Amino acid sequence: MKKITQILSIILVTVGFMSSTKAQDDKTLLGAGSTFIYPFFSKTFSQYNAKTGIQVNYQSIGSGGGILQLTNKTVDFGASDGPLNEEQTKKIGVPVLHIPMASGAVVLTYNLPGNNNGIVLTPDVIADIFLGKITKWNDPRIVSKNKGVNIPAFPILVTHRSDGSGTTAIFTNYLSKVSPEWKTKVGAGGAVNWPVGLGGKGNEGVSGLVKQTPGAIGYVELIYSLQNKLDYAKVVNKKGKVIAPSLASVTAAGNVKMPEDSKIFLTDTDAADGYSIAGFTWAIIYKEQNYNSRSADRAKKLLTLLWWNIHEGQQFAAPLNYAPLSKEALKIAEKILKSATYNGKPILK
Amino acid sequence: MDAGINKSSRRSHKQIRMEVAFRRMLMMIAIVMVILVLGIMLTLTIESIPSIKSLGIKYLWGKTWDPVNNVYGAYPFLIGTLLTSFLALIISIPFSFAIAIYLGEYNSKGWLSNFLKNTVELIAAVPSVIYGFWGLIVLVPLVRELEMKFNVLPYGIGIFTSSIILAIMIIPYAASMGREVIKMVPSNLKEGAYSLGATRYEVIKNIILPYTKSGLFAGILLSLGRALGETMAVTMVIGNTSLLPTSIFSPGNTMASVIANEFTEADHTVYLSALIELGLVLFVVTVIINVIGKSIIKRFAND
Repeated sequence: MKKITQILSIILVTVGFMSSTKAQDDKTLLGAGSTFIYPFFSKTFSQYNAKTGIQVNYQSIGSGGGILQLTNKTVDFGASDGPLNEEQTKKIGVPVLHIPMASGAVVLTYNLPGNNNGIVLTPDVIADIFLGKITKWNDPRIVSKNKGVNIPAFPILVTHRSDGSGTTAIFTNYLSKVSPEWKTKVGAGGAVNWPVGLGGKGNEGVSGLVKQTPGAIGYVELIYSLQNKLDYAKVVNKKGKVIAPSLASVTAAGNVKMPEDSKIFLTDTDAADGYSIAGFTWAIIYKEQNYNSRSADRAKKLLTLLWWNIHEGQQFAAPLNYAPLSKEALKIAEKILKSATYNGKPILK
Repeated sequence: MDAGINKSSRRSHKQIRMEVAFRRMLMMIAIVMVILVLGIMLTLTIESIPSIKSLGIKYLWGKTWDPVNNVYGAYPFLIGTLLTSFLALIISIPFSFAIAIYLGEYNSKGWLSNFLKNTVELIAAVPSVIYGFWGLIVLVPLVRELEMKFNVLPYGIGIFTSSIILAIMIIPYAASMGREVIKMVPSNLKEGAYSLGATRYEVIKNIILPYTKSGLFAGILLSLGRALGETMAVTMVIGNTSLLPTSIFSPGNTMASVIANEFTEADHTVYLSALIELGLVLFVVTVIINVIGKSIIKRFAND
């Protein structure tokens, strides 16, 4: 902590010193991408601005758009709910770094009149509902997991997002992991070819459909369900435990051994008390920061901002219903940030 | 004397120059619009090339829209667009014609006429997202009850609900244009018919409607153009599924709605290009419908 404040104060002084001679433009960093992370970023960036005077102009144009902007080198960083896919990696051409910023989760919301005790769903049941193989709420496979709970004999109406989204990417990634049939028949992505169901635009579209239709089930962001007090299902995780989605269980999902590049979906986590349908949002930057004749100073400002975001910035996550990074994730994120270079030399020490 | 002639000839010279400049300016502005439309067409075509290359003509009648496996077929959305638009047109015509005849013939002056006219025109000024919300909250439960009576799956949302919303949105276009043309029917024609003993209904049927049919049809065409391109209100109540609709109560999707939904997160080249090609198809469909419509209007006018 002390060291960070030291670094920060040094940078502050340096920035303060230089800003008198440099152009206004040097105090603004540009970012674009994920809409999911936008409320969190706008909070942390405004705090950061108050502290350091550095402005961050973040445009929430969607993950795909953010990656495109980074590829075109019009922004300093992109933000995405999924790691770069093969084609995007090829297009960008040079190594990029994925730095986890916070995690989010997807919850299953439903409308079952007469049910006040909540329901528990197993991975195979979730997959078969969305494959259209379980069509009634009183299916024996649902009832057997919900003994003593009033489950009416309604037909199930599946609802999903109609717009491409990171939420869909996380959810379909989860389904692909828990159901081989889903993996071969449908697959994972920000938009997929849904075998059954109706589409609603955005979280509000899906929850609107669910609220209106008795027997409906759909998936929305955890944040959205918390803010709107929707009913959500508990999900049985990989270790067989029944887990309710919450900030704590989502953070716990990230407490697993992680690859060096942090490029994993947290879905179907090995963590015993982790919620199964969770994922990171990453900030994405170029590994080599000297491109497009960027100044070393600008690169350093960017790295410092991201460093601040995964440390001090994390305190703003929980109040906004984002799950803060787990210890394991933070360690990896620090390591990744330190691997960024300018002319081949590390920027952060 | 001489000076006077000189002065007036100089002025007329100036006037001619002014005329020429004005004409050129008009032409230039008109040409800019043409270039713009051609430019849009060109851009859509060029950006569609990756999709055309990888999917070919099959794109038009393919029934699967699968971004994961990069298979795209526009057929369900093409059908969805045409179905919602024409159904909306059929629903809206009785209303827009009734409004046009009432405000053009029965009650063409006075405060009530003005009030009604402005109210109808206000329908066109309401933002489409508001229609979408209204549809979702008010119309969908009503349609659901209707569907339960008909014994079809009571989704509440779908092609039929979208068509009703669209119908309401397009009424003012045909109504306003119809009112204007009905007002322009020469009164000596109508008076002639009355003097021969025709009733008001007979005058409308035998004089006004035949006289104004090309104008009324142009209004319908305008409405149809609006219905084809409407996005927001439709996407909120149509159900957004890429399955082919099986009846007018099925959920479906339209081309404009798919583009709006999926464009921001289209994360590979062919996907993005397939969405742009959808725009191209919509553009071509609109052009074809307009060309057919114009030729019908021409035939009416020649009659």
